[in-house]
This record gives sequence, structure tokens and C-alpha cells, in this order.
Amino acid sequence: MTLATVAPIEAVERYRDVVEDRTFPTVREWRARTGRMATGCFPVYAPIELAYAAGMLPVGLFGAGNQIEMAHADSRFQSFICSIVKSTLELAFVDRLAPFDALMFESICDPARNLASVMARNFADRPVTYVHLPQNMTSPAAVDYLAREYRRVADELGAVSGNAVSVEDLRSATRAYNGLRARLRELYLLRALSPEKISTAELYTLSRLATLTDPADGEPLIALSIATARARESRPKDRVRVVLVGSFCEQPPLELIAAIEESGCYILDDDFLLGWRLFKRDVALDGDPFRALALAYLDGSVHLSTKHDLRQPRSAALIASARAHRADAVIFLGAKFCEPGLFDYALYRRALEHEGIPHLFLEFEEKMWMYDKIRTEVETFVESMLFT
Amino acid sequence: MTETKEIRYQGHLHEMQKQLMGDYYAQLTAIANGKSDAKNAHLLIAGNPVELVRAFDMVPVFPEVNVLQLAVRKQSLPLIQKAEELGYAVDNCAYVKADVGLYLSGYQAPYGTIPKADLLLCNYVGCNVYLNWFEHLAELTGAPAVNIDIPFVRSADGEPSPGDVDYVVKQLEELIVKLENITGTSLDMRKLRRTVENSALVGELWAEIKELTKQRPAPYDAYFDSVTMMAVLYCLRGTDEAVSFFQAARAELSERAAKGEGPLAEERFRVVIEGPPPWPFLRVFRDMFSRWGAVAVASTYSTVGGIWEFGFRHDPQRPLESIARHMLQYNLCNRTFLQRYDQMARYVDEWSADAVVIHSVKSCRLFSAGQGDMREYFVRERQVPTLLIESDLEDPRYFSQAQLRNRIDAFFEALAQRRLTAASDAELAAGAAR
Repeated sequence: MTLATVAPIEAVERYRDVVEDRTFPTVREWRARTGRMATGCFPVYAPIELAYAAGMLPVGLFGAGNQIEMAHADSRFQSFICSIVKSTLELAFVDRLAPFDALMFESICDPARNLASVMARNFADRPVTYVHLPQNMTSPAAVDYLAREYRRVADELGAVSGNAVSVEDLRSATRAYNGLRARLRELYLLRALSPEKISTAELYTLSRLATLTDPADGEPLIALSIATARARESRPKDRVRVVLVGSFCEQPPLELIAAIEESGCYILDDDFLLGWRLFKRDVALDGDPFRALALAYLDGSVHLSTKHDLRQPRSAALIASARAHRADAVIFLGAKFCEPGLFDYALYRRALEHEGIPHLFLEFEEKMWMYDKIRTEVETFVESMLFT
Repeated sequence: MTETKEIRYQGHLHEMQKQLMGDYYAQLTAIANGKSDAKNAHLLIAGNPVELVRAFDMVPVFPEVNVLQLAVRKQSLPLIQKAEELGYAVDNCAYVKADVGLYLSGYQAPYGTIPKADLLLCNYVGCNVYLNWFEHLAELTGAPAVNIDIPFVRSADGEPSPGDVDYVVKQLEELIVKLENITGTSLDMRKLRRTVENSALVGELWAEIKELTKQRPAPYDAYFDSVTMMAVLYCLRGTDEAVSFFQAARAELSERAAKGEGPLAEERFRVVIEGPPPWPFLRVFRDMFSRWGAVAVASTYSTVGGIWEFGFRHDPQRPLESIARHMLQYNLCNRTFLQRYDQMARYVDEWSADAVVIHSVKSCRLFSAGQGDMREYFVRERQVPTLLIESDLEDPRYFSQAQLRNRIDAFFEALAQRRLTAASDAELAAGAAR
């Protein structure tokens, strides 16, 4: 008996297929309702508040999943490039990005950066904004730089939407996304403390919905879902408690997430859609909001594979997370050809072995649709954990 | 086909380069073995602030140069595999894996011993793997590390904003404090200006040398022969020795140009080559082009460390700002993919090239990701014959000799045929006009 049949979460039931629908029904509906524009935001982290402040809906653009066949993008990006880069370009070639008036890319990795160029060349009528996120987290100059960069991005987006971004616009947008992120933190906390009350497949659906809707719509839905899940009277099962990392950019199919859980795991923490819930606490609402957003990235964000903060190794942060969640093990679920993730795995493995924390390496592609192999690997891992 | 005989060119500058690089690695070995007190900083090739490192009499160490030399000597694979045993993926950059493997082997290389870094100075100029690389070295070796964040080009005209320049200058000032702490000395501004002036001189000479390949025949191959000069350009930039080397190189290559000598007995095709070379098979790869009489007249790879041919020079009067501009704007890696298309298009037009060859390497996605689109651009929008081939710069497992040779042969056969057809059409048209 699944959790959903015990006490279904209405938003999960309603949006489970919608979040994977690459015709972007929620975005189309929002545009029709508000008459406003939308910006597609490539992962991992985009300063979404800037788009919202410009009167646009920032939308998470997580490739095509396993929803469309590759027919054009394969000839532009080589076989050794990750799927999300190619499938995002493919979405443009088959006109699935029609609901987006602008696209935002960030300095997360080399293929994503080149994709911004290729997209701009092939689809010149859809403006591309490229955000350079700083990698010197200890320089006192970084915050001024990033605040300036955010003003530039806001100007670019404001020019597209026709709404120049004011300080008050950005403060208001920050307030809206503070609310959304607070709900997402609450959702994650609920699962960490009571994983029997909400499955990761459910949590993922709700988190993904947050990337596809106006925070004014998404936040109450998540709040209601949390209340429903909390009220469940589910008994904990004998499962292996794991922290999952590696899926911060390209996203695994929902069925794969469910398969991992069903193979005997409680996932207590993960890095799915991490850019949309990057900040540990609310972004400050007093003072210069551009600077507040910059400070939140530099000093108030969680560790991330595309943010190279020399103050704390990410492997140490992973160990701390595993300890804090009282995890039995770590599962690394990395996207095939994702270089930042695969690099991290080498250091994670070293640290996990040093700390004596069991771990499992799994590789996925967004376009996969057979999960038997991974299911078997997880089942074997779980059995080895339960019997040792 | 008529095979073109290659002239095995081994001029004075090759000998000079060998001597200089030998001395450089002897210096690194002396530091590693405790026979020299000099401090060192590991840094990356693309757009770096080596002038600051030199101004403190520190010795720069370049992991990219170290590992490519291992590949040339066909010694990279065991080191790559050593790193893979630690958990590095087959899809990770093989430069990084070879460097990790080299560290795990006690930094003992056939050309010398690499000292452990006094500072891991990551100049982040576009390449995201640079960040991973030095982060890993920091964790593995325990050496102190710093990232110099260089904002990527975002403006349509490729110009950094004054704020970007200011941000980089501030980070360089912070770096100076770190270097002062490491060396226990204060920055000598006169020495910095002298070093920057040497870089300006080298930039000027290198630009003049690049200009020479506009001639027919090109006096040297701007891809395969450039690497000889690039070793000195990168490892010794800022020094008096580098200036002397480039003065000699310019003299020697100018003389060859004046005599109408090229690297091949006959220059049949002039090509622009994009992408790094397959170091483990450099000679074999070169021969695949030489046999067709194909000479590279320009290459993007030779601009990884800096683009001087379009006018940039370091400025001793504004040392920090000019170092910042070099890092921000005047190296291939920190420019957009589309700026690279423009750079190559200039090469095709101004260096009178017949074709573009794109060598796509799996390890370096900064270079390679999206090169299918680059091919589309040159073929469809500029009508330039373009060949896209794949292998790797460090990992010999990705070099398929027969397949590459077939592709290259087919390409030049088609180019030769096209030339014959064009000549025949022209003759017919001339006949008709008569």
C-alpha cells in the first residue's frame, strides 16, 4: 500500500504528470491569465527574483526528460555531452520553448555556457541572458561585483518585459520567493524527520511544481500538501536511511526516484532542483535588495557542485549532512556526462570511505525509461546494509 | 593522391626551446628536491597573472604543460587509470586525471620532478574544470588555494565593463598580499613593471610571428609548430629569456618567409585548425595533414593563453589593469563560443584559408561542447569546407587512427576534387568568353 493511497496529497495527484509535461501547461495558463511574459531558467541556480521583479514568471528549464526524441540537437552537441544540454536545445528546435520570452543561463559548467551561445545564434529572436556567478567566495570585492551583475541582469530582463526593475519590485519579488523557499525548507524538514509521512516522489513533484508556477500560487499548494502529509498516520518501515547527491542539474525521471525508494530506502536529503532552494535562510529584506541577494548567494547558500567555495570542501558538507540526518548510507545519483557531479564523486568517495559511510554510485540519464538495473543495484545495496 | 613530402624542420628555435624548457624543469626539480628555496605557485595556462608570480621571484608551475608532456611521451594512460581507480570517471577531463595520477606517483615525471604547490592559484577564466582541478589538488595535497574569479564576457561587443576590470584588479591586489605572505617580501613595483614589459614585448613578437603565416607558403605550421613556441610563451612569459627566444624565433621564421620556405615541400591546402591537438599521437596526426600538403595558417589552440594577434599588449604603465584585461578579454577561454566563430572567420578571411578543421576533444568541453553548431555555421553560413573529427588531448584510448585517417583523407580528396572542378569550370567559362 503506497502512501498516496493512504491519504493522497491533492497537489501531487493533480500535478504529477503536469510537472513532466514539456508543453508547459502551468506556464501557458499563467501567461493567459496574467498577460505577462515568462523566462526559462536553466539550472543550477538562477537569480529568479530578478525575472519576477521584471514582471516575468521565472520557470525552471530542466531539459526534455524522457518526453521527446532527439532529432536536431544531436548534430550540434557531441555524444559525450550530457543530455540536458542537448534536450533543452531540442525543445527550442521543436518550438516547445514558445512560452518563454527570454532564457537565462549561468556559469555552471562548460557545456551549459556554450549552450547559451548556440541557443542565442539559432534562436536570435529569444533573448539570452548569461549570468556570471562568482567563484571567489572569500574576496571582499565579490559582493559588490555580484550586486552589480544582478543590476545588469535586471536591466536586461526589464528591457525584454518593458518593466524596469525598481528596488521595491525586487524587494517584493524577494519576499515572494522567501515565502516559497521557506515552504520548501519546511517540506524537506518534514521528510527528514518523518520520511514515512511523505515519499520523495511526492516531495519531488511538489518541489518541481514550485519551479513551474507563480510563488503566489505554488506556496499555498505546498503549505496545504505539508498539512496533509503531517496528518498522515504512517508507521516507519524498516528501510535504509540515505542521503542522495549528484542530481543537482539534469533531473532523473520521477519513476527512477520512486524506484530507489521502493527498493528499500528512505531518502532524507537530496540535491534535486537545489538551485530553487539554495538559501539556508530568508534573503534580507532591508537595505539594497540586489546586495542582499548577492550576499545570500555568497554567504547564505548551501554547498553546491557548481559553487566552488574554498571555505568548506563539499565532501565535508556531505559528511555533515549524512551525520545530521542520521543516514546509514549515501547514494550518489549522477547524471551521465555531468562533469561537475562526476568530479565531486571522486572526493565524496574518498571522504565517505575515510568516515566509514557506505555509499552506492548510480548513473542516470533524464531520457531513460527502464529502471530495472538501478532497482536491482539499490536492492542489492539495501540488502547488504540490512544484513551487516 | 600525390603525397606531399614533409620537410623535417628542426631549426635553431627548436634547440633553444629544448634548452629553455630543460632549464625550467631543472628549476622545478631543484625546488622539489629541496635544493632551491624558491617558492612556487601552480596556475593554469589560460589568461593567467603569471607576471605577478614572477615579480615575486616565484616559479610558476603549469599542470597542463606537465601532463601534456606525459601524453607526448605516451606515459599518460597509467596515470589516468590510477586516478580512475580512485573514483574519477572515464568522462572526466583526462588532464586532471593525469595530474592527479602524477601527484599520486610522487610528482616524478620523466622530464623532472614537480614541487608541491606553495599556492594553488586558480585563474578561473571560463574553464569550469579549472575550478574542480585545483579544488581536488587542494584536498589531495593540503596546499593553500585561491580562486581568482574572472567574469565571463557577457557584452555583445566582448568588452568587459569597468566594474569587471575593477573587480579583477581588486582580486589581484588581494593576491599580492597572499604572495607577500608566502615569500616574506613586499611587491617591488619596478620588478612588476619590468615583467609586464617583457610580456608586452613577447606579445608583440608573437603577434608578428603569427602575421607571417599570411604569406604563401606559410613559413611554419601555425598549429603543429606553434606548440614549440607556446611552451616558452606560457612557461616563461615575463622573463628576459622569453624575450630573447621570441626575438630569435621571429628572426628565424622571417628569414624562412623571405626565402619562400614552408614546412612542407608544397603547400596545397591552407587550413584553420580549431581545438587542442591529440598529444599522445601528435606526429601521427600531423602526418595525416602533411601527406595532403595541408598547412595550418592559424589555430585557436595557440590563443588559449592569450590573443595578441588582434592588438592586445600588456601595459607596464598600468600593470594590474592590463593583467586583468588579459584575463578578462584577451584569451580564448574567457570569450563566448560565438566570439570564437568570429575569431576563426577572421582567420579564414585574413589568413586566406581554404578550410576549417575542428578537432573535437572529449576531455575539454570548453573547447568542444557545441562544435557541431560551429560546423553548421561555417558550412551553411560562410560556405567554408569544414571537417569535424573527434579524439582526445590526453587519453590515448580515444584516438582511432584508421577512422581519423579515413575522415581526413575523404575531406582533402573532396577539397582537391572541388578545386579541380572549379579550375575546369573556370577554363570552360574563359573559353566561352573567348
